Amino acid sequence: MSLAEDKTAFVPEDSKITLNFGPQHPAAHGVLRLVLDLDGEIVTRVDPHIGLLHRGTEKLIEHKTYLQAVPYFDRLDYVAPMNQEHAFALAVEKLLGLEIPSRGQYIRVLYSELGRLLNHILNVTFQAMDVGALTPPLWGMESRETMLSFYERVSGSRMHAAYFRPGGVHQDMPAGLAEDIHAFCDPFLKVLDDIDSLLIENRIFKQRNVDIGVINRADAEMWGFSGVMLRSAGVAWDLRRAQPYECYNDFDFQIPIGRNGDCYDRYVMRMEEMRQSVKIMKQCIEKMPSGPVSSMDNKVVPPSRAQMKTSMEALIHHFKLYTEGYRVPEGEAYAAVEAPKGEFGVYLVSDGSNKPYRCKIRAPSFVHLQAMDYMNKGHMLADVSAVLGSLDIVFGEVDR
Amino acid sequence: MTDLAAFATELSAALPGAIRTHALSNGELTIDVEIGEIVRTMSFLRDDPHCEFKILVDICGVDWPKREKRFDVVYHLLSLTRNIRLRARVATGEDEAVPSVVAVYPAANWFEREAFDMYGIPFADHPDLRRILTDYGFSGYPLRKDFPLTGFVEVRYDDELKRVVYQPVQLVQEFRDFDFMSPWEGAPHIMPDGGKAASGNPGKKS
Repeated sequence: MSLAEDKTAFVPEDSKITLNFGPQHPAAHGVLRLVLDLDGEIVTRVDPHIGLLHRGTEKLIEHKTYLQAVPYFDRLDYVAPMNQEHAFALAVEKLLGLEIPSRGQYIRVLYSELGRLLNHILNVTFQAMDVGALTPPLWGMESRETMLSFYERVSGSRMHAAYFRPGGVHQDMPAGLAEDIHAFCDPFLKVLDDIDSLLIENRIFKQRNVDIGVINRADAEMWGFSGVMLRSAGVAWDLRRAQPYECYNDFDFQIPIGRNGDCYDRYVMRMEEMRQSVKIMKQCIEKMPSGPVSSMDNKVVPPSRAQMKTSMEALIHHFKLYTEGYRVPEGEAYAAVEAPKGEFGVYLVSDGSNKPYRCKIRAPSFVHLQAMDYMNKGHMLADVSAVLGSLDIVFGEVDR
Repeated sequence: MTDLAAFATELSAALPGAIRTHALSNGELTIDVEIGEIVRTMSFLRDDPHCEFKILVDICGVDWPKREKRFDVVYHLLSLTRNIRLRARVATGEDEAVPSVVAVYPAANWFEREAFDMYGIPFADHPDLRRILTDYGFSGYPLRKDFPLTGFVEVRYDDELKRVVYQPVQLVQEFRDFDFMSPWEGAPHIMPDGGKAASGNPGKKS
């Protein structure tokens, strides 16, 4: 029987085929299923099917107290966990009208910037792997492990930290940690230079990334982009500068802006952002004030162990906070942070009880992935993974 | 930063009949928009030189089962040039379609699909209103308040059929919803008579 007679065989009439990419694909950065319509090797339509990692985070949060909701945020963008907790903490604090002591703010900034390094070092090196280079991820992972050890020393956990809590941070940094992070900063800049020496003038890397996935200013705004994706199109917009939260105004740093809006620009910008983050971290450690790390309001923040041993009131506060939790005044608030991937926002609706009535998580990857169809149209099949790599997607937060 | 209160008054004057009320809380501006006017309002907010809300940050649903119009659809907008955020809100019933804003903001596409998937809010004139986050063939709207946290079905691999099958949820132990609200200082929605209730099980949600 020839192929034409076999009615079950798929015979394309012309060169048009539909290709299923994923959900198990090494370049999909997680569980993404793409249905690609191809004309030869040219992509004509991309239909991302998401939700394979949907865990119902928002529903679960509605059934947890405000404190119990914090660990869910680590599991969204698990590449930079504390940045997510930060947005939730800010939203709750906005509703409670809580002030954070300056040491708490400095620690938050320090760890947010460490989160940015964690994210970008993973993204740029894996973007390189998506286009064929294998050495950068190995080099990047080595420093990433060191950074994760800083997470572990401050929170007890390499990834799921639950460290930024409404009211401040959970505990003060252990002795010697600030010095170790400071000592890590300068050698890390050398690692960045090494990675750059492999990639920035690399012929293959440039062929695969320059003029790929170009987006202009108007389209980036139209698709609701934020973070590096928006800045690569030449928009000077960074929440740390435009709508400063915590103590970002105290630091001297620059925001890299792209010119061409292609994958290569985004690579270069992420490298530069890491250098700026290191700069912020160093300033942060040098200027770090002393004092409490979280609000002294024991109606929200549990008292210290030592206090509980001597004070009956502290013991009552501790018991109440870990059973009932605290009640948040009725109202709604939206708080956003400049997460490494873009604007990560939390919209909280409170009905005055001890659990959020509604907690909507606005994830930057979700918005960026939506533009896959727009960005890939007319590109070659091989460019899909390059564009996907530079979009910086993590499925924890896309699917929630 | 702009004076939000003055801005809100300006908006209400510029969009007669569209904005029902506006409110300022926690330094955020919220406008309540008539359901039929949402597309006109959004186009105005995007294009007017005094607004320039070019970026649609988020769209989400909120469920209020006791209200006559059960759902809120909440839009978050951001203006890069004026550096302000705006929240627009539309109230809608269970069978009442909300006009889609995909034509104004292409980014609304997936957000509206998500609101449809999670709450069953229909969006009129949406180009591709499919479920987005839940499984293929899923039924029900998981973020509605009357949808149980544990869901209705669970999946397992059937060794005989050699495929994944759905079956009703079987819980070894009933889902325990611990509620430590004190009966004498509970929130009003839990203690409707101001905490004087002594009916049956104090401290437990009825």
